[in-house]
Amino acid sequence: MKRRNFIYLTGVGAAAAMLPAIPVFGKEISPEQALEYIDPVAKKIMSDVALNAARSKGATYTDVRVGRYLNQYVVTREDKVENIVNTESYGIGIRVISNGSWGFAATDKLDKDSIAKAAELAVTIAKENARLLREPVKLAPQKGYGEVSWKAPIEKNTFEVPVKEKVDLLLAVNDAAIKGGADYINSILFAVNEQKYFASTDGSYIDQDIHRIWPTFFITKIDKVTGKFETRNALSAPTGKGYEYLNARPQDKIQTVSGTLYKGRYDMLEDATQAAKQVGEKMKAKSVEPGKYDLVLDPSHLWLTIHESCGHPTELDRVLGYEANYAGTSFLTLDKWESKKFSYGSKEVNITADKTEVGSLGAVGYDDEGVKCGKWDVIKDGILVNYQAIRDQAHILGLNASQGCCYADNWSSVQFQRMANISLQPGKAKLSIADQIKNVEKGIYIVGDGSFSIDQQRYNFQFGGQLYYEIKAGKIVGMLKDVAYQANTQEFWNSCVAICDQSDYRLGGSFFDGKGQPGQVSAVSHGSATTRFNKVNVINTARKI
Amino acid sequence: MPILTKAEAKALLTKVLSYSKAEQCEVNLNCSDSGNLRYARNAVSTSGGISSNSLVVGSAFGKKLGTATINEFDDVSLQKVVRRAEELAQLAPENPEFMPFLGPQEYGADSPTFSPATAAVTPKDRADAVQASLKQAMDNKLNAAGFLSNSVGCSAMMNSKGLFAYNTSTDVAFNITVRTDDGKGSGYATRGYNDFSKLNAKADTAIAAKKAMSSVTAKAIEPGKYTVILEPTAVAVMLENLLYSLDARQADEGRSFMSKTGGKTKLGEQLVDERVNIYSDPWNPELPTSTWSGDGRPQQKVNWIEKGVVKNLYSSRYWAQKTGIKAIPTPGGTIMKGGTKTLEELIKGTEKGILVTRLWYIRTVDPQTLLLTGLTRDGTFYIENGEIKFPVKNFRFNESPIIMLNNLDEIGIAERTVSAESEANYLLPPLRIRDFTFTSLSDAV
Repeated sequence: MKRRNFIYLTGVGAAAAMLPAIPVFGKEISPEQALEYIDPVAKKIMSDVALNAARSKGATYTDVRVGRYLNQYVVTREDKVENIVNTESYGIGIRVISNGSWGFAATDKLDKDSIAKAAELAVTIAKENARLLREPVKLAPQKGYGEVSWKAPIEKNTFEVPVKEKVDLLLAVNDAAIKGGADYINSILFAVNEQKYFASTDGSYIDQDIHRIWPTFFITKIDKVTGKFETRNALSAPTGKGYEYLNARPQDKIQTVSGTLYKGRYDMLEDATQAAKQVGEKMKAKSVEPGKYDLVLDPSHLWLTIHESCGHPTELDRVLGYEANYAGTSFLTLDKWESKKFSYGSKEVNITADKTEVGSLGAVGYDDEGVKCGKWDVIKDGILVNYQAIRDQAHILGLNASQGCCYADNWSSVQFQRMANISLQPGKAKLSIADQIKNVEKGIYIVGDGSFSIDQQRYNFQFGGQLYYEIKAGKIVGMLKDVAYQANTQEFWNSCVAICDQSDYRLGGSFFDGKGQPGQVSAVSHGSATTRFNKVNVINTARKI
Repeated sequence: MPILTKAEAKALLTKVLSYSKAEQCEVNLNCSDSGNLRYARNAVSTSGGISSNSLVVGSAFGKKLGTATINEFDDVSLQKVVRRAEELAQLAPENPEFMPFLGPQEYGADSPTFSPATAAVTPKDRADAVQASLKQAMDNKLNAAGFLSNSVGCSAMMNSKGLFAYNTSTDVAFNITVRTDDGKGSGYATRGYNDFSKLNAKADTAIAAKKAMSSVTAKAIEPGKYTVILEPTAVAVMLENLLYSLDARQADEGRSFMSKTGGKTKLGEQLVDERVNIYSDPWNPELPTSTWSGDGRPQQKVNWIEKGVVKNLYSSRYWAQKTGIKAIPTPGGTIMKGGTKTLEELIKGTEKGILVTRLWYIRTVDPQTLLLTGLTRDGTFYIENGEIKFPVKNFRFNESPIIMLNNLDEIGIAERTVSAESEANYLLPPLRIRDFTFTSLSDAV
C-alpha cells in the first residue's frame, strides 16, 4: 500500500501547477457533469468496433473496457478549504490474446478510427511479446452473459450532494476538533464513481456503476511545554456506500471504553470531538513496557493486519512469482495448499474471500474480465484451502472457472489480479468486547490503524494503532503509548483464541492499495469482529534524537 | 501529439493566455510518451505504451482560484478550458492562502535532462534489452522478474504576469529481481538514467544473479545492534524519509522532528555527524533535474544539511511570505556528498558487520523522532575481518535516519541510485553505520 502518494495528493492545495503530477485525477469537470451517465448503447457500439478490429487483425480473444472514472476530493484544514476537485477520466482499454500472448493498448480518442487503431496496436504488441513467452496464455472458460448491468446498492449518490454541504460538514468537524483542544486538523472527503462497461468476444456486454466514499481526518496536538506532539486519525472506514455512510443511526454505534466505534455508518462530528479529547489523553499516557501481551484488536485496527498478512499472501499471482520484482512473493506456496493441512491459524480462524458483500469496497457484479463474482473460503478452520485467482491462473489450481479477482484502476491500465474482500469470520459463540477484555490477564486493547510494515513474503510484520489501552486482570487500567507489535504471520494467527460474535462484525478497508508495475491502486474491505491473540511481542517505539 | 519544441510550446501557451478574461491566468503544459515491459517467471507478463498530454489552466479573481484541464488542443477546446477555469474560480471559496502568480524568473542554463537516445527508444529496443536480461538469468538456471520503462516528456508554463518556463526530459528505469529456482536465494538491482544507451540490462541482471546465488543458505543471527554497510539504494529509502520532513510549515507548527518548544525549530543546529553534507543541484551532470518547480519558482543549488547542520527548509510561497523566509521549493533530485572509498573498501575495513543491499517496506513509526521500520531484502551478508563470510536471514529494523547519521562510521563513493520505494533517483554513497537497530528476524527470501 502506497499511502505516501495519497497524502501528497491531499496536500496539493489549489495550485494548478501541481495537477499534472497526479495521474489518477484525470481531467477536471463540473459537479453537474458528474451526474451525466453515458448511454450503454453508445458504449456497446464503441466496444464492437474494438472487438471486430482486434479479431480482424488476428486476436483470438479480446476484451474491451469503456471506463468513466469520476473522483471528487474536498480537502480542508482548520477553518480553510484547501481544495475542491472534481475529475473525470474517460477512455477505452483493449486487451487481446494473439500468438498466445497478451497485448494491451488504450486511448481516450473515442472515434471509430482511433479505437480500431488502438485494437491493432494491442495485437501488434501481443505478437511482438510472443518471442518472450515460455508458454501460451491459457484462459479458464467463461460464458457470455449477454447485455447485463449491475449497480452498487447505494441510498444517496455522493456526487449529487451539493459541495457546500460537504464543505460545511468538514469545517464543522474541524471546528469541533479545535474547540476540543486539538491544535491542527486536516479533514478530507473522497468520493469515487466508476462507470465501467465491459465487452468481450465471449459474448458479454456488462454495464456497472460503482460508488465509494471515504471521509477521514488527521488531528495533531502539541504539548507547548515539552514540544512533543501526538496524533489521532479518524476511525472511519472507506466503504462502497453512498453519502448515507455519513448519516449514522443509533444502531451504527458501539460504546466501549475507547468511546464510540462505528458499524456500517459513521458520525464524523462525534468522532472528531472524541478524537480531540483522546489526543490529549495520549500525551499523558504511560510508555509501554516491552514484552509479551495478549492483544485484543478492534476491527478498525485488525482490518490492516488481515489485509497485509492474509489478503496479500493468498493472491495467486504473488504465490506464482508475478510480483517478485516489486510487492514480493508469498510464503503460502502451492505445496502448502496441496497438503490440505497447512495450519495458517488456529481452529478459530476462518477467512473468506468475497466480492459480493454489500457496502464493501470490493463488491461488484462482475470483475474486469467479465466473471460473475462470488464468495469462497481461503482459510477454513485454520487450514489454507484456497487462493484468489483470475482467468489465466485458474487452471493452476485445477479450477474450471476464474474466481473473479481481476481489476484495473483505469481504462488506461491493464487489468490483473487484485485482492477480493478478505474477511475474518466472527465467532459462533456469543462474545462481546467487554467479555474479551474481562478474560485477559495482561494485555493491550488496540483501536484504529497506524504504522504498518511487512516483509516481501508476508512472514514478519509490525503494526501500530491509534489508541492503546492497558488491560490488567480483566480491567482497562489506562492508556498506553509507544506501542507496536511484531510477529510472524503463522505464529500470530495460531495465537488467535477468541473472536467476538456477529453483532460486533465490522468492515475496515483500504482506498489506495498499491500493486503492479506501473503501479495501480485498488480499494478493498476487510471485515472482522474484535479478536484476541495471545502472547504477542510488543516493542516500545520511543526514541530520543 | 509529439513533444513540443520550446517555440511551439510558447506559441500554444500564448494563444491560451489570449483567451483569458481573469485577473490572473497561469497555464501548465505537460506531454509524455512512455513505454514499459514487465516480465516474471522468465517470460513477459504485461507491457504497454501510453501517450498523454495535458494542459492545466489556473484562473484567479482576487483570492479565488479555479483550475481546469484538457487534453484536446484545437482552438475551441482551448477556449473551453479557459472559460471552465474562470467559472470554477467564480464558484470557489476565497482562499486566504492564495498567492498571486509569479512574474518572470531567471532559471539559468538549461539542465541536461534530455537524451536523444532515450527519445528514440522503440518497443523492439525494450524487448531486446529484456531478452538479454532473461538470457543472463536462464543461462544461470535462475528465475528473473523485472520491469523496464522509458519516457520522453516536455513541460512548459506561462502566466499573465510574463513568466515562461520550458523543459524537456527523458527517463529510463530498470529493475530486476533474480531468484534461485529453490526460492532460497534472491538478488536485486535497480538503475535510473536519463540516457537509455547507459542501460546494460545484462550486467544489472548479472549483479542481481550474483546476489541471488550468494544469498542461498542464509544463517539466522540474533537481532540487535550491528555495524552495517548500507548500499546506496538502502541509503536512499532512509534519507528520503528525512527529506520528506524538511517542510518549514510542519517544523514551525511544531509537528516535525525539526520542531522545538515555543514554535522554534532546529534550523541551524547540528543534528547529525559533521561529515554529512546533503544538497540538491539541478545542473549536476550525473543527476540533472528541471531548473524550475511546477509553480514557476527557480530550482537552485540548495544545501539542506551542511557539515551536519540543517541549513534550509522548503516551504510554500504563502508560508515563506508569512514567516519571512526564502521560499525554497521541494528539490528535484538530492545528493549526499560521497567519500573516496569503494563499497569493497568499506567491506574490507569492517571488523564485524552486516552488508545490507536493500531495505524494503519503510514506514514511519514516530514522526517526532523520524523512527522508521522496514526490512532487509534480496541479499544480506555477515562481514568479519574485512570479508563477506556468509549470507544472513533478513531482519526487521527500527531506526531513525537522524540517529543513523549520528552513528556514521564511513562514507563511500557516491553513485546514482534509485529508491525502490518511491522510484526517485538520487546520488548517494554507501554508508557504514554503527549500532543500527535490528529488532526481529524474518523468514522471507
